[in-house]
Amino acid sequence: MFENFVVPNLLPAAPEIFLLCMACLILLVDLGVRSPRRSLTFLLTQITLAVSALLTLWYAYAELMPPAPGEPARVMLTFYNMFIADLLGSFLKALACFIVMASLAYSRRYLEERRSIPQGEYCVLTLFATLGMMVMISANHFLGLYLGVEILSLALCALTALQRDNAAASEAAMKYFVLGALASGMLLYGMSMIYGATGSLEIIEVAEQVRSMRKMQVDKTVLVFGLVFLVAGLAFKLGVVPFHMWIPDVYHGAPTSVTLLIAAAPKLAAFVMVIRLLVVGLIGLSADWQSMLMLLAVLSMGLGNLVAIAQRNIKRMLAWSAIAHMGFMLLGLASGVVRDGNRHVALEAYTASLFYMVTYVLATLAVFGLIMLLSRRGFESDELDDFKGLNQRSPWFAAMMLILMLSLAGIPFLVGFIAKFAVLESVVISGQYWLAVLAVLFSLVGAFFYLRVIWFMYFDAADANAAPIEASFADRTLLSVNSVLIAAIGIFPQFLLNACGYVLARSF
Amino acid sequence: MFTLSLSHFLILGAILFAISIMGIFLNRKNLIVLLMAIELMLLAVNTNFVAFSRYLQDPNGQLFVFFILAVAAAEAAVGLAILVLLFRNLKSIQVDDLNRLKG
Repeated sequence: MFENFVVPNLLPAAPEIFLLCMACLILLVDLGVRSPRRSLTFLLTQITLAVSALLTLWYAYAELMPPAPGEPARVMLTFYNMFIADLLGSFLKALACFIVMASLAYSRRYLEERRSIPQGEYCVLTLFATLGMMVMISANHFLGLYLGVEILSLALCALTALQRDNAAASEAAMKYFVLGALASGMLLYGMSMIYGATGSLEIIEVAEQVRSMRKMQVDKTVLVFGLVFLVAGLAFKLGVVPFHMWIPDVYHGAPTSVTLLIAAAPKLAAFVMVIRLLVVGLIGLSADWQSMLMLLAVLSMGLGNLVAIAQRNIKRMLAWSAIAHMGFMLLGLASGVVRDGNRHVALEAYTASLFYMVTYVLATLAVFGLIMLLSRRGFESDELDDFKGLNQRSPWFAAMMLILMLSLAGIPFLVGFIAKFAVLESVVISGQYWLAVLAVLFSLVGAFFYLRVIWFMYFDAADANAAPIEASFADRTLLSVNSVLIAAIGIFPQFLLNACGYVLARSF
Repeated sequence: MFTLSLSHFLILGAILFAISIMGIFLNRKNLIVLLMAIELMLLAVNTNFVAFSRYLQDPNGQLFVFFILAVAAAEAAVGLAILVLLFRNLKSIQVDDLNRLKG
């Protein structure tokens, strides 16, 4: 039965294959590393991530870019159409690799000061989590998507629980595990219903079937029933109300370095999952899922911004702010398809959402990085009170935090404002003025708790016996580059906006 | 003569799924019951996939089930490991004792 087996084209999956092989290799190499600092393991991990990102970019440049300006970009399908390589996927895979690299660089000293976290395993699990994200991003099949989600969430669960003597971390890991499994269950149940209704597991094939079902006026009850579960599963993964319960506890309980890993790059993978499942696969049901997303968006913006005000722990505050930001991002996805079905309008809306996601992830990276740089052995620096008088202790750190908080709050001329503006523009174009007004109102409420951090930093006195802040030159450079990037994208957003629009337009 | 049709299997799947969801949300006692509910949820999905696969005469759905079973095993391993860790730290596996993180 194997004579008609054809070896699939492995080249599009080269980054994933390389990452997998290197993760296994590093696991072995780490056995022989004696030094407690694990510099070799760490270096190899960073090199692996860099090479995977470069492989992704090289493949996108060599194979996927249109040969002439007017021609459409190519989309490569391999592994019997289970794996898709397109510009959107390549862009976000490379970005996810770079974000994970930066997260590891930020957490280097944090991990060294906490010996109860085994560093070799930390690196390998991070690599597996990245592999999960990449598999998720390039899946064109429900199976690939599900396996990617599981690789990612099991690796992150293990990472959360890695600090064995930390009771809060094990509790966070348990909650993350149970609710993550619940989300996968919902997702799978939805997938099984859609499989039953369309008879296919391939996302592009599902889209075809849904289109022909609409033409033939077939009853789509089963499809919509599946869609509800699918959206619930996606909402769990993105962390939007009412499926947000795990976000505050996991952000708060996990060690800050793991919080950074959970908060930054997986959001990009979740975004692609939404695009692939809803926008590519079930665009025929856009009227149904758009109203669901809209409801989720309004609820998360409202609850996220209001509850964040009550928090005293900055990681918990940022968790609620993440919920609110994801709600805002969903607004763009919920206003893509308008009644006359103009492809250009839809593209603008999805571009705004992608831009929002990318810039939000950059800002989150810097904020959690900064919290880690401020922490010491036995001191997490994650209470809001720890930021009191930061300007007296270190004007430079306070200035960086100022940029980040203003950007997250959406103050003009910083990137957060541009991103919010782009999303609101597409909401207004789709004609839902009340939604735009609500979004602006909730953002105003949200600005309060970001500005409160700034108030603490500049107008409150520092604790007299606070430890002095010391950060290495490399750490300071990384944080500066990250913050300057956020400020620079705010002043020249056109480049990133065009890039987002380009990869989306060339991918579906 | 009574015959089983697709809808019977789907109803069975839905009932199993509903039981597992209730097991997760209403269970206030033991974390192991929670893990059992998660397994049950995956089995409900498997029933669905097999029923549809048979109905559509398409083997892809049954292949999917093998992968779900494999992942369920991996999930159980990670879940039980976290459970052991939690018991070492809290000396309890009661759901109500998971109350350090709140707000």
